[in-house]
Amino acid sequence: MRVLNREVMPLKTSSDVVMARQKVRLWAVDLKFSLVDQTKLVTAASELARNALDHGKGGSMTIESLSNGSKSGLRLFFEDQGPGIPDIEQALKDGFTTGSGMGLGLGGSKRLVNEFSIESEVGKGTRISVIRWK
Amino acid sequence: MDRIPVLRMGSLLLITIQVDMHDKLALQLQDDVTERISEWGATGVLIDISSLEIVDSFIGRMLANIAAMSRVLGADTVVVGMQPAVAITLVELGMSLPGVRTALSVEAGMELLYGAATRADDAST
Amino acid sequence: MNDLAEIISQNEDRIRAEWIRSMSNTVQRADLISKAELDEQCRDILRAIVAGVKTSRPTEISSSGWATGRELLSEISASRARQGFSPVEVATFVLSLKQPLFAAIREKFVSSQEKLFDTIWSATELLDRLALVTTEAYMATREELILRQQQELLELSTPVVKLWDGILALPIIGTLDSARTQVVMENLLESVVATNSKYAIIDITGVPTVDTLVAQHLLKTITAARLMGAECIISGVRPQIAQTIVHLGINLEDVVTKAKLADAFALALQRSGRTVVRSSSAPTSPISNLFAKRED
Repeated sequence: MRVLNREVMPLKTSSDVVMARQKVRLWAVDLKFSLVDQTKLVTAASELARNALDHGKGGSMTIESLSNGSKSGLRLFFEDQGPGIPDIEQALKDGFTTGSGMGLGLGGSKRLVNEFSIESEVGKGTRISVIRWK
Repeated sequence: MDRIPVLRMGSLLLITIQVDMHDKLALQLQDDVTERISEWGATGVLIDISSLEIVDSFIGRMLANIAAMSRVLGADTVVVGMQPAVAITLVELGMSLPGVRTALSVEAGMELLYGAATRADDAST
Repeated sequence: MNDLAEIISQNEDRIRAEWIRSMSNTVQRADLISKAELDEQCRDILRAIVAGVKTSRPTEISSSGWATGRELLSEISASRARQGFSPVEVATFVLSLKQPLFAAIREKFVSSQEKLFDTIWSATELLDRLALVTTEAYMATREELILRQQQELLELSTPVVKLWDGILALPIIGTLDSARTQVVMENLLESVVATNSKYAIIDITGVPTVDTLVAQHLLKTITAARLMGAECIISGVRPQIAQTIVHLGINLEDVVTKAKLADAFALALQRSGRTVVRSSSAPTSPISNLFAKRED
């Protein structure tokens, strides 16, 4: 698997979240993802970027375009040095309750991508990596 | 700071969301809608999202909140024009936006709202 | 390795001619490729080999010196895959270069056994690797073709029919797996927008089994349509399916289901505020009155 290109974006303000998802859109269009796949990836990016900002107290997003044989894809890394997630299993299950409930949007985002991995340590921060293949 | 304009048409509020909203803008819209319903005595709110290419959980909750708050203030809300890719993604995310009525177009949305208004009038006479 | 480059350059025309001749017995396929085109391809390949051999060892064909050569071979191979050459024909195309090449090498080193062996060994290593490159490119193209055909098949098998103004029908034939569901969903939703149809009837007469997964897929489709402002009605529910649904405890409370497409259509018409009225000018004969059934 090769990384063809990479870009890092800060996630410090809510405008950064908007710019991050617009950037993901640009890259996805460039790689000629279908409209539905683009939408899924950009939405996942929006969820995870927002998490990094709101729960993780700010961090960064790294976009990479990948090539694996004949497959091409996009990988997104979300990193923050925030409080971390104490119970990852639970967080992945916390979907959206109908109405209020903040939810971390993790479970939902996981369904929008092909590969999802998460590392988190209380007090240290969280790293989430997702991949969507074409 | 820019705001999303809330237009008035008789007893309806019309909102067309055409920009990629950041969170503060979305929260401002929620406030504005509730203010205007009180101020103008609106009985219906029509939100046109046909230009929105992304609806994530935050925006989804905003729409649900607007519908719920308007209901408490005595107004119906209809969200119109959701794009297919957005609908598919929302379902995958697990958001079904219960409590939010939807219609395919602004016309269909207005029919729903006027229909509801007429029924309300009939009931009260 | 510049020996190899030199040998090829000095004998290019002859090697090429013999190469083409050796192919005409087996794999030329004059029906698929013209002599002129073949000649040009062989010329280009020989030149690319010379260029490659000059920059790097024959075993390092993944290095940048061989980039043009690899690209050229991949392109030729891909176009042959599309034209309908068999994999054997494509590999043999490259491998049949061995004989004329070895002949030229033997001629040059007729008096030096060691040089002869070394150069032939390098040449054979090189051509084997190049043959593998072509085979890989061939396979990749075929896979791409198959994937594309699968996609087209998927799309063809989910037609959308406009029953009336604002009422669509989607007859689904075959199993409803997650790949199919995506296609069905996208087709359905896009048609709903394009035709501004508030009602979509999903007919599952042709779906052999409905288990929890299939039900989930259907529910996703219905929810997505609802989010957009359209209502789905499921029709074609066979008795066995109804039993399975109940046994599995699948909750279809929010979903309207009908046994027959006709019933679903009637419901959609009714919900969209239409009634069907028999026109009084319909011709009837005295006999047909005897046999007329009451239509509700």
